[in-house]
Amino acid sequence: MSYLYAAYIVTWLIHLGYIGTLVQRYSRLRREMQELEREP
Amino acid sequence: MKRAFPILAILTAILLAYGLYQALWVAPTEKTMGDVQRIFYYHVPSAWTAGVLFFANFLASIAYLVWRNTKADALAVASAEVGVVFCTIVLVTGPIWARPVWGIWWTWDLRLTLTLVLWLIYVSYLLLRRFSTSGQTPVIAAVLAIFGTLDIPLVYFSIWFFRTQHPQPVIGGGGSIDPRMLHAFFINLVAFTCFGILVCWLRFRLEVRRREFEETQALESLLEPRSVS
Amino acid sequence: MTAGTLLTRVTLLKDLRLEWRSKDAINSMLFFALLVVVIFSFSFDPTAEESRRIAGGLIWVAFLFAAVVALNQTWARELRNQVLDAYRVSPAPANSLFLAKALGNFIFVAVLEALMTPLFIVFYNLRAVGPAYQLVAVALLGTWALVVNGTFFAAISLRTRSREIMLPLLLFPISIPALLAMVEATSSILTGEFSAKFWIVLLVAYDVVFTMASLFLFELVLNAE
Repeated sequence: MSYLYAAYIVTWLIHLGYIGTLVQRYSRLRREMQELEREP
Repeated sequence: MKRAFPILAILTAILLAYGLYQALWVAPTEKTMGDVQRIFYYHVPSAWTAGVLFFANFLASIAYLVWRNTKADALAVASAEVGVVFCTIVLVTGPIWARPVWGIWWTWDLRLTLTLVLWLIYVSYLLLRRFSTSGQTPVIAAVLAIFGTLDIPLVYFSIWFFRTQHPQPVIGGGGSIDPRMLHAFFINLVAFTCFGILVCWLRFRLEVRRREFEETQALESLLEPRSVS
Repeated sequence: MTAGTLLTRVTLLKDLRLEWRSKDAINSMLFFALLVVVIFSFSFDPTAEESRRIAGGLIWVAFLFAAVVALNQTWARELRNQVLDAYRVSPAPANSLFLAKALGNFIFVAVLEALMTPLFIVFYNLRAVGPAYQLVAVALLGTWALVVNGTFFAAISLRTRSREIMLPLLLFPISIPALLAMVEATSSILTGEFSAKFWIVLLVAYDVVFTMASLFLFELVLNAE
């Protein structure tokens, strides 16, 4: 049933989307940390 | 502690894959609802995980108010955010299940309405954290979290009585439980709980690192000799 | 008289006196509630039977929105004149201040309800089929439920951007059980179909839980800079 697949796919899309934002925030943090190292 | 993370990650991945296999192929097809019923193996474990995470938020908030431990506050933020993600999934998969089975997208039944109210309460918690300009945001947020948690039994009873007075179709009710179904259900339950803990841990670590960094940043700017330009 | 009760009494009387002289809050609340009623009247044109069924919801939505108007200005005067800092260093318990504000808001909203109720009865041709005296209990308990949490969340919202929108954002989700109880109790009493007893008990439980929580935790919020 297409509804079944829709539900499973949406679930994983939401999870992957959220983890994606986490990855984004991690890389931004790493970037800022490197900038701070570089400064003086 | 550092070793535990990759081990948990691998374990979770295995459990999720196995759970998916069980849910889609091993578990027998339900008599009345057909294959759509298999959404149950994702819908209910997500609700359970959201509940676990929100309970963690409650404990972390109390811990923060009592001991003012910043790690407790970081856990509060992390568990609330990830809890909302899982709660969103419950609210999305619920209607997808209801539509083919009952012909309606939404029904103000006890479980779905309770989930919606829970979602609203914790989203308001996250909004408070984002919009707060106070230096003591963790304290205020922790207080709100306690209010929210105290509300939950009242929400449950109010909707329960409302539904007994005005009955309506129930999402995910009844049906016979074949032992193979139960097996698939428990595998997915454990898998999603581990997954929830894993993502929460990621978010927690991010929060802790971000705060440490901002502290370092603040200190550096204080100690930096300023040149006259 | 302890410092606590003295502070409560003095603050409450001050707020009531100031309000009596300017009638700011009560006028804006009254007008707002009236607007809500009129707009709803354009959306629904109920028969007498139907109106008894939906009036509960309409009335409490109107009162809820009007109450938010009152709640938003709860701490405005204190904030403007740095009075909150003075309260923080005063030896009186923070609870006294909270009680004074909550009671003040309760009186404002109760006055509003007393003025609006005849209007509702007229607009919707209402007549209670069930025991009408229970409506008084529902009104009192329900108003306190909204006001106690509203005053508390108004204090929480003080240190946020978009203060005025933050209060309803925080208040509405947590008030859902109380709102459901108020609406259902009112509808039950008006239509006479069900007993409102469970809802009244729920409102009592709600009021007890959140009054205690507010009194217990207000000090933390007051001192959060």
